[in-house]
Amino acid sequence: MLPEHSPFAPAQRRSLEELLAGFSPAQRFWLAGYLSAAPLTGGAEPAGAPAAAGPKLTILYGSESGNSEKLADLSAKEAKKLGFKATTRNMSDATPADLAKIENLLVIISTWGEGDPPEAATTFHKALLSEEHDLSKLRYSVCALGDTSYTRFCQTGKEVDARLETLKATRLTPRQDCDVDYEDAHRAWLDEALKAFGPVATAAPVNGNGNSVFSFAAAPTQPVWDKKNPFASEMLERVLLNGRGTAKETWHYELSLENAGLTYEPGDALGVIPANPSDVVESLLKAAKLSGSESVEVSGTSKPVAEALREDLDITALSRPVLTKLFAFSGSAQLSDLLKEGNEKQLNDYLWGRWIVDALEDFAPKGIAAADLVSILRKIPPRLYSIASSPLAHPDEVHLTIAAVRYHANGRDRKGIASTYLADHVPQGEPVSVYIHENKNFRLPASGDTPIIMVGPGTGIAPFRSFVEHRSALGHEGKSWLFFGDQRYTYDFLYQLEWQEHLASGALSRLDVAFSRDQPEKIYVQDKMRERSRDLYTWLEEGAHLYVCGDASRMAHDVHQTLIDIVVKEGGKSKEAAELYVEDLRKTKRYQRDVY
Amino acid sequence: MSEKKLSANEGIKTRSIYLRGTIAEGLADLSTGSLSEDDQQLIKFHGSYQQDDRDLRADRRKHRLERAFSFMVRIRIPGGVVTPEQWIACDQIAGHYANGTIKLTTRQAFQLHGIIKSNLKRSLAGINKAALTTIAACGDVNRNVMCNPNPFLSSVHAEVLATSQAISDHLNPKTGAYHEIWLDGEKVESSEEVVEPIYGKTYLPRKFKIAVAVPPSNDIDLYANDLGFIAIVEEGKVIGYNVAVGGGMGMTHGNEATFPRIADVIGFCTPEEVVNVAEKIVLVQRDFGDRCDRKHSRFKHTIEDRGVDWVIQTINEYLGYPLQPARPFVFEDNGDRFGWVEDERGHFHYTLFVEGGRVLDTRDYPLRTGLREIAKIHDGDFRLTGNQNLIIANVSPEKRPEVEALMKQYGIAGCHEQSGLRLSSIACVALPTCGLALAESERFLPEVLNALEERIERIGLRHDAITIRMTGCPNGCGRPFISEIGLVGRGPERYNLYLGGGHAGDRMNKLFRQDVGAQEIPDVLTPILEHYARERQEGEHFGDFVIRAGYVAASTNGPGFHRDIKAEALQPVAV
Repeated sequence: MLPEHSPFAPAQRRSLEELLAGFSPAQRFWLAGYLSAAPLTGGAEPAGAPAAAGPKLTILYGSESGNSEKLADLSAKEAKKLGFKATTRNMSDATPADLAKIENLLVIISTWGEGDPPEAATTFHKALLSEEHDLSKLRYSVCALGDTSYTRFCQTGKEVDARLETLKATRLTPRQDCDVDYEDAHRAWLDEALKAFGPVATAAPVNGNGNSVFSFAAAPTQPVWDKKNPFASEMLERVLLNGRGTAKETWHYELSLENAGLTYEPGDALGVIPANPSDVVESLLKAAKLSGSESVEVSGTSKPVAEALREDLDITALSRPVLTKLFAFSGSAQLSDLLKEGNEKQLNDYLWGRWIVDALEDFAPKGIAAADLVSILRKIPPRLYSIASSPLAHPDEVHLTIAAVRYHANGRDRKGIASTYLADHVPQGEPVSVYIHENKNFRLPASGDTPIIMVGPGTGIAPFRSFVEHRSALGHEGKSWLFFGDQRYTYDFLYQLEWQEHLASGALSRLDVAFSRDQPEKIYVQDKMRERSRDLYTWLEEGAHLYVCGDASRMAHDVHQTLIDIVVKEGGKSKEAAELYVEDLRKTKRYQRDVY
Repeated sequence: MSEKKLSANEGIKTRSIYLRGTIAEGLADLSTGSLSEDDQQLIKFHGSYQQDDRDLRADRRKHRLERAFSFMVRIRIPGGVVTPEQWIACDQIAGHYANGTIKLTTRQAFQLHGIIKSNLKRSLAGINKAALTTIAACGDVNRNVMCNPNPFLSSVHAEVLATSQAISDHLNPKTGAYHEIWLDGEKVESSEEVVEPIYGKTYLPRKFKIAVAVPPSNDIDLYANDLGFIAIVEEGKVIGYNVAVGGGMGMTHGNEATFPRIADVIGFCTPEEVVNVAEKIVLVQRDFGDRCDRKHSRFKHTIEDRGVDWVIQTINEYLGYPLQPARPFVFEDNGDRFGWVEDERGHFHYTLFVEGGRVLDTRDYPLRTGLREIAKIHDGDFRLTGNQNLIIANVSPEKRPEVEALMKQYGIAGCHEQSGLRLSSIACVALPTCGLALAESERFLPEVLNALEERIERIGLRHDAITIRMTGCPNGCGRPFISEIGLVGRGPERYNLYLGGGHAGDRMNKLFRQDVGAQEIPDVLTPILEHYARERQEGEHFGDFVIRAGYVAASTNGPGFHRDIKAEALQPVAV
């Protein structure tokens, strides 16, 4: 029953097996939850494990989608194996002053949008950059997460790294900047940093194969299907949610999880690994002057370049790193000029609304060899989409709400690769590569009686469909209030019939909608919140949790500001007090955001 | 004898607390674009119909959306006269909140279509801000009072317009509900008698239509109204009005108890008496109209059931004195005169043809923009005709060149260079917004006219005004039953063809062919038109010719509409 590689001595394994055999399924289920949730402090360390007597190590993370948090957890586990007394700490719960008290620090932080820190790390980040502290006792290393297709790649990590140095902390190993495909880079950084932080108290016990017996991959909580090994999920149904006459294209997809053994909770995201559309592949081949049949090596396997471009590589996102690599092959004087220091503005202007194919046409007019082309491209990144269904309401299914991105720029029709991959290339019955991406920072309240306020314009509606379905399926009776918005009432009221049913059944208590293009002036969700400020504040005072999902660039900021204004107006507080009130909501996890 | 059950609408009216219902609450609920069923009835009294885009019905659910609900708003304009400022205001509301078009109705009102619920209040507020209103534009009350927009004699027009407005004002509902709901007016508590001294809390059994005509023009189709006043003019002064009662168009296919009817002229009253006469006639219908069967509740049914003598006697009783005998008059036609005319004061009036009454911009013909630009400089007024056309009225000699330049610039100048048939056409809205439509009308009649024009050109009837009217259903918004050629929708792509209406709107037509396929209409009509071109007598109108030539029998009034239909009218069409 228990596998041989499980981290138990044979005698332990036998007694465990005996015990488990006597349990009912419900008892086992309970135990599994208990063990995964309860901190295992005070329990006996597994046989052979090193006592946590080594150097203390703090792993500080700032996470938006949960990646940094996941890497922090992973780092802590690895560090413990090496004997470190490692703890993880969320930046939302830390202050720069805390850093003066510690000696060993790993920082893992992501960058969002146009170089912004994760929402939960905003306060810490701001304080770190402005406050003066003596951190001369601190030794540190930073792992920065980001996306090279954004200009200010890993900006927050760079700022934290530089600032710690300024505050006299010692950089023990160089900062690692990770692109969307971050796993290997993080692992390399971690190994090096932990080595530098040594000495290690005791070596971790190894099994016969030389692998650590606590190898993370063997941990029972690790899902079978992940980013590296996605599940082939069948497209069960596709529904265009916008009515005829709309300017939008928002799709509802229903994917099968049958026999996947995958579970998720409301708030989680689904990772989708797209393939590139053939027209984009063809235009790139044409620009590179390749036939497509040239053989190239990708991740250790040989395949025709056309196939690699279609399935393995990011062939659209243009960035400085891509251009820099391209320059090595093309030697274009024009490109060299663009990449020169001082020409950042010209570079940004060039990058905006262009793809890699444009750069090939502009700077490599003679084409490029297949192997060289492949060498400048990064792996195709998976896209994360907030899950729109409750596993209780739709067993064995997972639903998504995705707007297909299409636009015209610089003489070419452009599209979002993943969103149009699903819209155009995955008909009903065809498989999609997916995995579950946990998001612990976007969770329904523990109590079903706690009121919830949900602000989700556009595709931001997705997790709230999941929330409302979930609470309804559980028979939870806490009040719920949804703010939704889009362009036009008649055409863009996503899931209108479902909301009507939820209102009728009581699963949804209140609904306010804002449609921006139904009248000369723009009306947004924050305007509706303002209109309802008194009730909204009353709900907050009653303990409501507030959730915001959707556009990060404008909406989330405007909603945040509106929230502060509402607390000022209805709570009779000063601006500073209102900011603290909202900050406290965030810290107590009563204000959660899932923005992109 | 058992009491008949009152129609559902009577209960809705009674419960509504003078037209309030739960409209305000319904407007606030934006989970749906619809109002409750009762409120959908009540909102008509406020000048609006809830509709939905029927073109989209089939696929809305598959997008997980409810029907594409929206509201039609009818702006009540007694006599159809608006100022340039009011025109601009309506144009702006049409652009901001409606579908970017203005429909000029057959009853001299504006209709705006496609206003969603969240924009309804601000639309109505905007209309009222322009000193216009929508109250009682629909519903079981007196509707917009029509009046001949006579551009020839401005003094007579001023008099009859004032009369129309006085009647309209007097018969308007007095409830505060309209102000409360749409204009944020204060709630006023008052005793019931005071709220609606004329109507009471159940208003009328059904809609009530009044029109004022100035012979020889019958362009407002007096005979189609519940109550008509025919101005008797002597030496440039209105000396009084003939009174006509009991007209109405609406009927139901396959139900012979329902029928169109033309009004009977029953007497004469002086200008001083006219408002009181209107009120007393409304009271007769309020007290005696059928409140059980809404298909049998128009004034025409009251009169048909009880007789014309009864109604004259009862009106005289309500008045407390007898109406004087009717004076002689002659109606020549019910069409419009297009182009420029000069009145006796030296002001100019231009009547322009608006196909289907739809004011909109197309790439080739930016009519809406052109009219807006004219409105910006116009020093007179705009007048809507009963035939869905528009008069740029009271243009001073100084302004005329400017107006003409704009008309030229926007392609309006030649708008009436059309066949006489097209200029005499009317089409109701029908699909996609009208909930009653059984077939296309406004979107389809132009196609029929295109096909017919080719033929009448050949036959030599290009300049003959033959009235042709199409409606999507037999309720009769386009007054199809008093036209020389009437096409009434019976089902998708199927129409009943009626012939033989009086050229002046003074005789009903008669069913000539039932269930004509949409594409067969030109072929069915062409031989008759050819016959007419060959054998008509001097001055003989098409409607008279088809009777003389035996295509149809002349309709006698009321139920007579359904008699003397030829057997072949009910046979399948063989073209």
